[in-house]
Amino acid sequence: MTIQPVLELEELTLAAPSTEILVNSISFSLERGESLGLVGESGSGKSLTLRAILGLLPRGVEQTGGVVRSKVSSAMVFQDPRGALDPLCPVVKQLTEVVYYRQRTSLKAARRIALELLERLGLPASLKTKDRYPGQLSGGQCQRVVIALALACKPGILLCDEPTTALDVTVQRQIIDTITSLQQELGFAMVFVTHNLAIAANLCSRLVVMKQGRIIEQGETHSLLRHPAEAYTQMLMDSVLPLPELEGGGVSWK
Amino acid sequence: MEVALQVQDITVRYGGFTALDQIRLELARHTTLGLVGESGSGKSTLARVIAGLITPDEGQLLLGAEPLGKKRSKAQHKQIQMIFQNPDSSLNPRHTVRQILAEALLFHRIVERSQVERRSKELLSRVQLDAKSLDRYPHEFSGGQRQRIAIARALSVEPSLLIADEPTSALDVSVQRSVLELFHTLQAELNLTMLFISHDLGVIHAVSDTVAVMRQGQLVEVNSKDEFFVRPQHEYSRELLSAVPKMPQY
Repeated sequence: MTIQPVLELEELTLAAPSTEILVNSISFSLERGESLGLVGESGSGKSLTLRAILGLLPRGVEQTGGVVRSKVSSAMVFQDPRGALDPLCPVVKQLTEVVYYRQRTSLKAARRIALELLERLGLPASLKTKDRYPGQLSGGQCQRVVIALALACKPGILLCDEPTTALDVTVQRQIIDTITSLQQELGFAMVFVTHNLAIAANLCSRLVVMKQGRIIEQGETHSLLRHPAEAYTQMLMDSVLPLPELEGGGVSWK
Repeated sequence: MEVALQVQDITVRYGGFTALDQIRLELARHTTLGLVGESGSGKSTLARVIAGLITPDEGQLLLGAEPLGKKRSKAQHKQIQMIFQNPDSSLNPRHTVRQILAEALLFHRIVERSQVERRSKELLSRVQLDAKSLDRYPHEFSGGQRQRIAIARALSVEPSLLIADEPTSALDVSVQRSVLELFHTLQAELNLTMLFISHDLGVIHAVSDTVAVMRQGQLVEVNSKDEFFVRPQHEYSRELLSAVPKMPQY
């Protein structure tokens, strides 16, 4: 029996009306529960690809060719958590609304589910009695709320667009650990966009390397990193600045 | 070792919030001090105090043997130059590169008017930019090139201390690497004394001789680079170091 992919991109092409091609005929597929890393520098088309999967292309960008086939729903976690939240609405209320509309529960049940989700994501229990605005939470806490919003849609695919780039390194570590354990628990597939190859290598079983709108290389993470075929991939690998080993060891990455 | 800068018990408060809490730090001449810490730890506030952009509530600064007072002289301002995170907002968009460099050179009387052009070209070649760049505007350059212009401008007045506040954080990874290489070359050629601020431990490792760690307005650890990355003294430093994502080793 072959495993049915949950997402397939076939020769997807995206362009702006000035006929400038932004993403050029890219193809890849994603299997159930799999994590795929989409890496490249700014302008490589990573984020646009994610938006095309979500069906939320920015104004002025159109799909001019190819297909996106997906059997399951997807939800997205954005780079800037504060920008992704409504600053004028307290977070429990925001999450309750999403649960109410997406899971079609009663308002009371929606609030209960929302609080459970927030607790699971490690937000302070005080939210139960006193709701807070995004501005009253730290960047890392806001990103946890955004992840909760995405998970409230019960997605089959979680799309992550540089979710930790705006965060401090210790917070980045916590968020990635949280995403990993939730994925093991809930079994969603994931497309993780980042420019940091070290994060992608630790998190994803397969990598897709993009440059100027094209896929220049893709494959299983470890074989790709062991024998990169493209100089660009090697450059991305080299751009992760090396650090010496800590004596006595730190807590190692999975 | 000669001390270029001494920070003595500097405290800065914003209302009830203590941004810097009795910071004590020494910077040796011709070395680079890497300052790390998470957002809100006070790194940039310290840089701004040293550059004279913020007046501290307590404590004092000594540049060499000379105390830096509340009102600094033109010569004292010249001695400390700063490179900011975002070159887009630190370069005047309505000035050509020629104007940007000439202004600094003439204001501090570094060279005669007749020599400005020659010196500007030298500065551009130092930061590996073409002499033709002189008549172009900042927006005509890429982010990495703009940061090179900002570096040339800071170096133009021959400062005794260069402060770089996250100079590579807004750049793409490949560009970041080439700007770091430029810093390396400049360190070797010009014997710079530098305070280099970054939240990225990889960058700090690449440029520093000494590393200082800040947390919540306090200085947690000051250590030589080789010691710090292998045997950090403070638990928080260890936490920071082990949170950095690393490439798998094959």
